[in-house]
Amino acid sequence: MAGIGGAVTTGRKARWTVLNVLVVVYALFPVLWIVSLSFKTKETLGDGNFIPREWTFDNYKTIFSTTEFVRALVNSIGIALIATAVAVVFGTMAAYAIARLDFPGKRLLIGVSLLIAMFPQISLVSPLFEIERGLGLFDTWPGLILPYITFALPLAIYTLSAFFREIPWELEKAAKMDGATPGQAFRRVIAPLAAPGVFTTAILVFIFCWNDFLFAISLTSTEASRTVPVALSFFTGSSQFEDPTGSIAAAAVVITIPIILFVLFFQRRIVAGLTSGAVKG
Amino acid sequence: MSHALRPPAEPADADPTATAADSKLSPKAKAALSEGKKAERRLGLLLCAPAILIMAAVAGWPIIYSVWLSLQRYDLKFPDRTEFVGLENYVTVLSNPYWWNAMWVTVLITVVSVAVELVLGMALALIMHRTLVGRGIVRTSTLIPYGIVTVVAAFSWRYAWTPGTGYLAETVAGGDPVLTEKIPSIMVVTLAEIWKTTPFMALLLMAGLALVPDDLLKAAAMDGATAWQRFTKVMVPVMKPAILVALLFRTLDAFRIFDNLFVLTAGSQGTSSVSMLTYNNLIKGLNLGIGSTMSVLIFIAVAIIAFVFVKLFGTAAPGGDGGGRR
Repeated sequence: MAGIGGAVTTGRKARWTVLNVLVVVYALFPVLWIVSLSFKTKETLGDGNFIPREWTFDNYKTIFSTTEFVRALVNSIGIALIATAVAVVFGTMAAYAIARLDFPGKRLLIGVSLLIAMFPQISLVSPLFEIERGLGLFDTWPGLILPYITFALPLAIYTLSAFFREIPWELEKAAKMDGATPGQAFRRVIAPLAAPGVFTTAILVFIFCWNDFLFAISLTSTEASRTVPVALSFFTGSSQFEDPTGSIAAAAVVITIPIILFVLFFQRRIVAGLTSGAVKG
Repeated sequence: MSHALRPPAEPADADPTATAADSKLSPKAKAALSEGKKAERRLGLLLCAPAILIMAAVAGWPIIYSVWLSLQRYDLKFPDRTEFVGLENYVTVLSNPYWWNAMWVTVLITVVSVAVELVLGMALALIMHRTLVGRGIVRTSTLIPYGIVTVVAAFSWRYAWTPGTGYLAETVAGGDPVLTEKIPSIMVVTLAEIWKTTPFMALLLMAGLALVPDDLLKAAAMDGATAWQRFTKVMVPVMKPAILVALLFRTLDAFRIFDNLFVLTAGSQGTSSVSMLTYNNLIKGLNLGIGSTMSVLIFIAVAIIAFVFVKLFGTAAPGGDGGGRR
């Protein structure tokens, strides 16, 4: 890995360090900027300084005292968790079938889910808007959960079938030969092998649901189901004369925390999930 | 959503024992085996049924329905004037300068951002793949733009460019409100898009880089190839399938740009993308007929882009048979 020929010299290390620092700065400075804004006081918000001159928690206190934000946070968490759970369960079933079983229409299923993954989401918004109004699903949790599952399923199916392909399924047979019941073989042998893939998929699906803005803004109209990204874009400040910048920044930081945690703790898994089978076939 | 879609597994080397035994067995046993085959098919379909049903109900049916809606005059502000008008909506949209402006803005943002991302993403992929120090830190931090909520990133950029609030507005733009003019706005939106999605491009390219054999690079170096020659003559040809797949995904993804535009310009000063224009007609204007017509047209545009990639460039469609990668 040490490049082409030549030993690792201090000079090379220094060069790589500079490049790495550039990458880290590139990735972090917009995030640090919004963090900085969220800690600025009302008076210093407009000073254009990258680092706050005075620090305050007021913006966080403000947003957590409004139902507008708290309700949206509950909606975001609930909707994303339910959609992730359903998509991962159904995706696991389908990916297992695709990886292990032979049945008619398999190619068609793969093709159709690929089509959905590449789909312009806006094309679904107009019919769903009309259909959901008719069914009474507009501006409800299921009204958002359903399209999230639909767009998460192809992602789940592809990621999971790539993981399932790597599992040494012979072990299951071996366990049965050694006298394990099918249930035991599954619990003790297959489940532990499959769990990391399922977990990685769950993270990717959750990030997708957590991120969505288009469906959330088109298929909701009140606090009943508005998620945080949408609530953010509607923030007006506690009175109409107040600038909402501080509140928006604080709310933005709050919904970035789960992403940062995922990335910090599961970096390897996310990279593996996004790339593993991406080019081999 | 854009993700590394990969060709799913072939039917796992399903029961080598069964096929081996198959040829030797009596007809009676064969019938039993095909009984097993039937059970396998049933189980396969059963396991896929929930996924298929949801995708059919929430994606399949609405698409057909939107084609039907696009043939109606259907404005929720005047519901009693609803009627079947054939292709009239298509004529209206396709002869509308706003539509073509939005199309040009979308194409411009897509082409510029994907081209820049390819170069930056390749550099980033090389850094992530080859760095001697701090690989974990580099990979972790590049995942942040990928994972962060687009709306959050867009607000960060918006405040950065707002005169009186932002650091970029003063230093780079000299205090000008860049987000109030068309071309500067589009540039800012493109920058935000590039920042957010370059890491994703880099990850896909890195997966391709991993396929380049180190021996081949060493051999080329021995033969006196310069670093640039090793890159263009050895790496790029090996990586070509990965590059094309990454380009396809990012192009389709960039074409549906919405979140960044919504927060940064809200489509003012003629900066609407096609998705933004459709949203405005549909949710703000409540014109379901015109909105659906635009939806169908965007769908067709995306299909054309995918077709061009697969047919002209020979992008191996993941899951398809193309490209001979199977």
